[in-house]
Amino acid sequence: MPRGHQPILELHDITKAFGGVEALRGVDFALTAGEIHGLVGENGAGKSTLMKIIAGVHADFSGRFVLDGKETRFRSVRDAHAAGIAMVHQELSVAPDLTVAENVFLGSQPTNRLGLVQWRRMAREAGEQLKRFGIDVDPTSRLGDLPIGLQQLIEIARVLFSGARIIILDEPTSALSPPEVERLFATLKRLRDEGTSIVFISHFIEDILRVSDVVTVFRNGRKVAETAASETSKPALIEAMIGKGREALEETYTHDIMLPPPTDQPVVLNANGLTLAGRLREVSFEARAGEVLGIYGFMGCGQLELARILFGKIKPDLGTLAVAGHPKAFRSTADARRSGIAFVPESRRDMLFLQEPVYKNVSISILDRISSLLLKPSRERAIATRQVEQLRIRPAAVDLELGMLSGGNQQKVALAKWLSYPPRLLVLCEPTRGMDVGAKNDVIHIVRDLRAKGLAIIVLSTEPETVLSLADRVIVLKRGAVVREFANEQISKDRLLEAA
Amino acid sequence: MTSGESVTVAADRKRPRGLGAMLRSQMRNIAPFLTLICLFGFFAAASPSFATLDNLGNILTQISVTGIIAVGLTFVILCAEIDLSIAAIANVTGIAVAYFTLQDSYVNIANVPMPGWAAILLALALCALLGLVNAFGLTVIGIPSFIMTLAMMQIAAGVSALLVRGQIAYKVPPLVTTLGSTSIGGIPWIVIVAALMLLGGHLVLTYTRFGRYVYMVGGNREAAEYSGLNVKLILGSVMVISAVCAGIGGMLGVAHFGSAQQNEFDTYLLDSIAAVVVGGTSLFGGRGGIGNTIVGLFVLGVLNNGLDHVNIDSFLKILIRGLILLAALVINVYAQKLRERAVE
Repeated sequence: MPRGHQPILELHDITKAFGGVEALRGVDFALTAGEIHGLVGENGAGKSTLMKIIAGVHADFSGRFVLDGKETRFRSVRDAHAAGIAMVHQELSVAPDLTVAENVFLGSQPTNRLGLVQWRRMAREAGEQLKRFGIDVDPTSRLGDLPIGLQQLIEIARVLFSGARIIILDEPTSALSPPEVERLFATLKRLRDEGTSIVFISHFIEDILRVSDVVTVFRNGRKVAETAASETSKPALIEAMIGKGREALEETYTHDIMLPPPTDQPVVLNANGLTLAGRLREVSFEARAGEVLGIYGFMGCGQLELARILFGKIKPDLGTLAVAGHPKAFRSTADARRSGIAFVPESRRDMLFLQEPVYKNVSISILDRISSLLLKPSRERAIATRQVEQLRIRPAAVDLELGMLSGGNQQKVALAKWLSYPPRLLVLCEPTRGMDVGAKNDVIHIVRDLRAKGLAIIVLSTEPETVLSLADRVIVLKRGAVVREFANEQISKDRLLEAA
Repeated sequence: MTSGESVTVAADRKRPRGLGAMLRSQMRNIAPFLTLICLFGFFAAASPSFATLDNLGNILTQISVTGIIAVGLTFVILCAEIDLSIAAIANVTGIAVAYFTLQDSYVNIANVPMPGWAAILLALALCALLGLVNAFGLTVIGIPSFIMTLAMMQIAAGVSALLVRGQIAYKVPPLVTTLGSTSIGGIPWIVIVAALMLLGGHLVLTYTRFGRYVYMVGGNREAAEYSGLNVKLILGSVMVISAVCAGIGGMLGVAHFGSAQQNEFDTYLLDSIAAVVVGGTSLFGGRGGIGNTIVGLFVLGVLNNGLDHVNIDSFLKILIRGLILLAALVINVYAQKLRERAVE
């Protein structure tokens, strides 16, 4: 509907390279006032790079940048802010030790004539703004004490109500629960109707189609399609994204799936009455060999803490763990690893050594198996090479610094480090978050292979699709307690969401 | 399933090629070396007595005690921690080894004479114990190393004070005297010991599993923990290694100076930290090593020694050392940023 207006922002023939690799090649992009512009593309396709150019993060690029009909060049994020452009980045960037109100007004606190901060006014206005957005929190509470999903919403709210006329949202919904997503979309549409231009990047194509007016598709550093959202469909977009008909790859999981009958394989892990003050209440379950146990719940339901208890990173206040029947009280993650437990956290950065070569990342968890005192680099490289081949990590060069690989490939390295000497139990947090369709599928196959080899696997996720695509049995966590178990029965996205 | 292929290939990134990128990522190693060459060239041109074989020997001897202490400190800084107690621990260990040795009758210290080997073992046990206390505070209690070792600095100085009570001891066990103040074939033993310890440190860091763990813990502590490494054990170990290296440096230093007294090693704290950092080992951990420390030692050694040769105001010397250290810190932090950008 707002198409045909004069664009307020035009980019012509944008090219941007990182260390000799072109992330964007001759891209044209235009944004009109009062539109929601969806961006899709696989990891590394260039969406985020283009948006960072618009937001002034990358000042070093070639091509023309035209704002309001005048050629401009931002040298910094500050310049972009001054021109009314704001961006919410994929990674949470809030100040957890400040209050909610301080975060909302970060950098623009209301002051009186003496230059002193008007605390009461700030708290009141922050509370009003958040309420408009459907968030009801005490604006004077410390932000870090709130659940992650809420923190993300507050960060989005800060940008949405900053008065910017161009707002860029990079994967804003990944940590949000469905009702929160609804509220976000309603707000976006209202802002659009008030004349704000919004760029919306997401892996969730349904979300893109629901909220956008126009959709642009990126592939491999180029813009490959731009259409009105009403004139395209999910399969068409996926095809444009990946270059050929692959729509069958991504299941929507709206239909029922039959979970397999329970296995009689031995119990690998027994969790009994795990309790952590304010986070978990008497969580008990068992994980069996050759079975994938899914643990589903909304952001903040306690699954992150649960996973860390399983790997010895935090100690539970109450409750016990037993591995293969033997009670264990882990004093460190090293203890857990020696008991045969492997762990992949939800954030890659917490797991990987980006400045080290791939082979050192792969071998770190098994060094004590392949060397007692002296290192054996040739052995490490051989093992890493085998993993790189099996997991199809690209580029297949084990001496390459890990930071040079794309995000999806890095995530595979995080898995690879545990697979040369398979553990008894593999705990995966959000194994496919932020991955493109192909990489997601690779991970699904890796997990199924491991299951076939007799590993017990626990997958914790806030994305129903992740749990549904992997799990043989599902337990649902809600506010730190197990509220439902699905086993040997019909399951679907609806039923899962309903249970949570 | 071959479908993964096309997708992941599309997301490939190639390693940046070219001399520029290589230089940027190696800045941390190149800059200290260039500094060393420039300083050496400058002093050689400014003073005829500087670039002689004799003077080179002087420089080597002058940096030996710092070198021994800096071995352990390199481990600590590679883990992104700091040890401010090294000079005080060196001092107390040197005093302890003298305390357990029979002193001449005119020395007014109520000491406890023992056989030489026992004195050495007790002194080593003392510095290891102080290192363990550092390790305990850092890993079990969770005191940041900066504060923990600051307290230890004071504690070690206190023990020193109680042992000598303002007096000076002169005698140390024969082995320590030999290693600290005699030469073999024209080469001072203390230089040989320093070289061997630096070599040992390098071998441990480069070729052992423990050394790899040190780099990984320094590179990303969170990731090391999620990889199932016993991070606390590794951090504790480097604090003990640091204290023991400091102790050895202290014992040999006492023999080298010919006396054991309070506050004898005060300048060695700054010198050791400067040597490690000037050499290019990252203050953020995970980057650098003994090779860098050796270059840093020479930069400091050439600077200290060279300033004596060019007849400069001795008060200005202190300021110049401070400025050189600042320049090295700027390069250190700048190199980190360049590197991060190269990776991005």
